[in-house]
Amino acid sequence: MNVGFLIGEIASGLRRNLAMAISVVLVTFVSLVFVGAGGLLQLQVAQMKDYWYDRVQVSVFLCAKDSEAPTCTSGEVTAAQRDAVLAELQSPTLAPYVESVQFESKADAFKRFQEQFKGTAIADSATEDQLNESYRVKLKDPTKYEVVTQYFAGTPGVEEVQDQRRVLDPFFTVLNVATAVAGGFAVVMIIAAALLIATTIRLSAFSRRRETGIMRLVGASKVVIQLPFLLEGVLASVVGAGLAVGALYAAVRFGVQGWLVEALPLFGYIGTHQVWLVAPVLVGIAVLLAGTASVTTLSRYLRV
Amino acid sequence: MIRFESVSKAYPRSRRPALHRVNLDVERGEFVFLVGASGSGKSTLLRLVLREDVATRGHVYVAGRDVARLSSWKVPHLRRQMGVVFQDFRLLPSKSVFDNVAFALQVIGKSRHHIAQVVPETLELVGLAGKERRLPHELSGGEQQRVAVARAFVNRPAILLADEPTGNLDPATSEGIMKLLERINRTGTTIVMATHDHGLVDASKKRVVELEGGVVVRDEADGGYGLAPVTGMISAQMPAVPPAQAAGEREGARW
Repeated sequence: MNVGFLIGEIASGLRRNLAMAISVVLVTFVSLVFVGAGGLLQLQVAQMKDYWYDRVQVSVFLCAKDSEAPTCTSGEVTAAQRDAVLAELQSPTLAPYVESVQFESKADAFKRFQEQFKGTAIADSATEDQLNESYRVKLKDPTKYEVVTQYFAGTPGVEEVQDQRRVLDPFFTVLNVATAVAGGFAVVMIIAAALLIATTIRLSAFSRRRETGIMRLVGASKVVIQLPFLLEGVLASVVGAGLAVGALYAAVRFGVQGWLVEALPLFGYIGTHQVWLVAPVLVGIAVLLAGTASVTTLSRYLRV
Repeated sequence: MIRFESVSKAYPRSRRPALHRVNLDVERGEFVFLVGASGSGKSTLLRLVLREDVATRGHVYVAGRDVARLSSWKVPHLRRQMGVVFQDFRLLPSKSVFDNVAFALQVIGKSRHHIAQVVPETLELVGLAGKERRLPHELSGGEQQRVAVARAFVNRPAILLADEPTGNLDPATSEGIMKLLERINRTGTTIVMATHDHGLVDASKKRVVELEGGVVVRDEADGGYGLAPVTGMISAQMPAVPPAQAAGEREGARW
C-alpha cells in the first residue's frame, strides 16, 4: 500500500486525539522507567557480585589474648596451633576449595584497623594486643565458604571463621527489595498503560468511523483499515519508551556516575552502557504492549 | 451477475424475517429498481449482496460465487467489484471532491499515477469537471451525490448498488442523477437501485422488483411503480408491515 497515505492517516489520527496520545506516551514512559529501573538494579547486583566475589575472603581468626570463645580457653594461640591450622588449610582435604592463604599478623591487623577507623575514638584507644592474628583464605568457589567454616569449628586456637560475603548480604537485600518494589509499580503502570491504549484506540476508531465505513465498502483490506490505528498506538508507546530510556540514561550518567561513585565509593557501579542493554528490552515491551492492546481492541470495536 | 436462491434473512431481535424465500436473478448489465415500503427488506437485500450480512437460509451468488462461503479476507475483493451510493452521500467533509474520490482508490492500494489519471476522468463523467478542489459543503446536494457516484464508480465496478440515491434530492436533481446512473449502466455496469421515487421508476421503463414484508410480490420487466395514487398506496400498504416492526427493522439495517 501507499506509505505516504498510511503516514498521513496516522498523523491525522494522532492530531485528532492529541491529548490521549500524549497520555499514552506519559503512562508508558512512567511504567517503563519502573521496568528499566528494576532491570538496572539487577544489573547492579550482578556487577557487585562480580566485583566482590573476586575479592572476598574467608578469614580464619586465631585466638587473641582476651578471646572468650570455647576454643580459646588456653589463651592466646600458640605457635604450634597456628602451624597446625596452616597445615590443615594446605592439606589435600581442603585443597580443592582453597586457592591461596595469607597470614595476617597482629601488626598488619593493627595497621588496617587504624586505616579503617582513622580519626575516630576507637582508633586511638585500640592497642595491637587486642586484635587477632588471622589467615586470609581465598576460595576457588566463594559460595563454598561453609566447608571452611565447618572444618575449623571446634579447632583449638581458632576463635571464629568469618565469611566476608555476609557483610555484603544487606546491600543485596536492599537492592533486591528495591527491584521488587520497582517491579510492582511497573506491573500496575503497565496495566494502566494497556487499558489507556485500548481506550485511545477505541476513541480513535470511533472518531474515524466515517472513513473506516467507506474503506470497508470500497473493499479496503483489513490490514489497510486497521494498520493506522495499530501504528498510532505503537508509535505513542515507543515514544514513551524513548523517554524512559532517556530518563534512565540521565539517572545513571548524572546520578550514579556523576555523584554516587564519588559520594559512596564502596563498589563498582553500573555505567551508561548498561542502560543500552536495557533500552531494547523497554522498546520491545512498548511494542508488544501497544500491539496486543491495539489488536484486541480493534477486533472488538472496528468491524471489517 | 446477482442471484438469490430462496434467501431468507431473520435478524436476531425480530420475530418476522426481513426477507422470506426471495428468488431473484439479475443479469450482467441489467438495471433493476427495487421498490417497496420502508421496512420491506430492500436494504437487507442490498446488505446481503455486499456481504455486510449473511443470509439465514438460501444462497446469494455474486458473479457466480456464493458470498456466504467467501473467507473473511476475500470479502474486500468481493466489494471491490461493487460500488455503493447512499441517500446521505457519505462524503468525507474534510476532503476535497478529488480526494474523496481518490480515497476509494488509495485504500485499495492503487498507484498515485493511476489515481491521477482515473479520478479526473470519472469526475468528468459525472459532470463535476472543474470542481475538483471544492469541499463537500461547498456543493449542492445533487453535486454531492455526483461525487458519491464518482467514488462508487471510480474503480469501474461490475455492479453498482444505490440505496435511495435520490431520497434527499428535488425532482429535477433526481432526474439528473438518474440520467447519470443510466449512462453508467450503458457502460455495462449492472445497477440495482432501491427507491421510493415513483416518477423515476415510471419514467424509466425498466425492470421493477417490489418487496413487501420481505417477500417479492412483483417482478416486471419495464414496469411502473404500481398502485398509482400516492395516498392510496400508503394506506394499502399499512397493514403489510406493522409500524413497530418497520422501525425495529430499520434500526437493525445499519450500514
